[in-house]
Amino acid sequence: MTNAFLYAFAGIGLFVLGLHALVVHAHVLRKILAVNVMGSGVFLVLVALARRSGEATSDPVPHAMVITGIVVAVSATALALALMLKLAGKSGEAVLPGKHND
Amino acid sequence: MTATDYAAACLFILGGIFFFAGTAGLLRFPDVYTRLHALTKADNVGLGLIVAGLVLQAESWLVAGKLLLIWLLVLFAGACVAHLVARRALRKGIRIWTE
Amino acid sequence: MDGIIFLQWAFDAVLGLGLLWLAWRALNSSDLFKAIVLFIAFGLLMALAWVRLNASDVALAEAAIGAGLTGALLLAALARLETMTDQNVSGVSAHPAHPPSPTPAGSRFSRGLLILLLSASTAGMGYAVWSLPSYSTGLSMDVAAHLDSSGVSNPVTAVLLNFRSYDTLLEMIVLLLAVLGVWSLDGLPPQPEKPPATVLETLSRFLTPVFILVAAYLLWVGADAPGGAFQAGSVLGATGVLLLLSGWRPRARLMQWPLRLALTTGAGAFILLGLLTLLLEKQLLAYPVAQAGRMILLLESLATVSIAATLAILFLSVSSGHKMKTGKEEKE
Repeated sequence: MTNAFLYAFAGIGLFVLGLHALVVHAHVLRKILAVNVMGSGVFLVLVALARRSGEATSDPVPHAMVITGIVVAVSATALALALMLKLAGKSGEAVLPGKHND
Repeated sequence: MTATDYAAACLFILGGIFFFAGTAGLLRFPDVYTRLHALTKADNVGLGLIVAGLVLQAESWLVAGKLLLIWLLVLFAGACVAHLVARRALRKGIRIWTE
Repeated sequence: MDGIIFLQWAFDAVLGLGLLWLAWRALNSSDLFKAIVLFIAFGLLMALAWVRLNASDVALAEAAIGAGLTGALLLAALARLETMTDQNVSGVSAHPAHPPSPTPAGSRFSRGLLILLLSASTAGMGYAVWSLPSYSTGLSMDVAAHLDSSGVSNPVTAVLLNFRSYDTLLEMIVLLLAVLGVWSLDGLPPQPEKPPATVLETLSRFLTPVFILVAAYLLWVGADAPGGAFQAGSVLGATGVLLLLSGWRPRARLMQWPLRLALTTGAGAFILLGLLTLLLEKQLLAYPVAQAGRMILLLESLATVSIAATLAILFLSVSSGHKMKTGKEEKE
């Protein structure tokens, strides 16, 4: 049991928090934030588990994957934001159709 | 621990005090302008003291130079950003706190 | 020595709890602007966590992208959303009945189901992590054994650009697809532009050469220390964002083939080299050992240009609705 596991559990917590927000919130911008937090949780688990060998060296393969993942996440976020703006332009609000009944 | 290590430790603690005070100010001061004041103090002096401590412990002049460069960049960016935030707050009509 | 170990545990625990707390606040704050600012702070704390986990390469990428560029994109999109829907979406006024709060569809049953589902997945993932052996070197031994033949001495760069360079090849294509996707969503009203502050102009004027120098340094140093194409590309992309924020717009001529070339050069170089190595070495992206260092530097330089151009152009498209219609310039 090392500090690495502490971060791995924090990563799981982040993933679940993000999943909760993704399901619960109607506003698309909040959903985009939620997906980003979920992604950070996954990255944290990956890198934390790469640290299990102790002080000496970490496993560089998950590090490389996470760096790739961060760049993919930002481009996906940009695409999602553009889609959200398009949705808001069409429907007047950034909420998925059929999602709010007030 | 050598004498330089002790000196560096003193600088770190002093810097930490500045960061603590700046954070307390950020949380407790009444309006955006006074909060900016507290924040920039922590950034400039607190970081300056910590960089000074790290320079004392640096292995080479190159590392010391890089650390100083980081401090200067943070000073510059911090001053500009504080100005921009204050300007935006003034434009938005946020009043300056007076008692 | 025990004291130091205790302090480290305490620091890690505070950092982990801080991450969870910030994420919770960011996801559930009533104000969208506040939510985004908290998310940026969350990104900065993530960068700190990467440093604690001995992943400086990831920390550099996170600080530049996770906290910097994603935050800029989100804020720009929020500003645009507010002008488009012509109301203060960020405020509580957006949906008067239940502004930040859950969708109303949440009857007691579905809420219970959600909680059940979330606790089940937490328990499942927690058990999966718990049951892993607490000591494992993963693939680090294999990487270390072949590091000499990779052409670089930073293991992360070796993985990214030699051992698993097909990851980076596909990543360049993902970036290209994101730009194509954003460009194909036209028909949005352009954002009215505000004159930028003079301080911002001075800031960007002073910082642009510094940023370019930093990007070049990160690219060069990536061969044997934390850094590399992704970090350099994101610093350069952030330079572009800063310039765009201070009112600079690329000339129409620059938006034609020079931009397209910059966007595709990374993916193009990877594909060309992939085909070449497939022909000569009978294996995708297997560089000859003697040339590996030079090839990685070349690929990384081109990838840096592509990543920077992609990130800056994504910001431009999201923030101002600037789109590239068949070479005709939209507005100037």
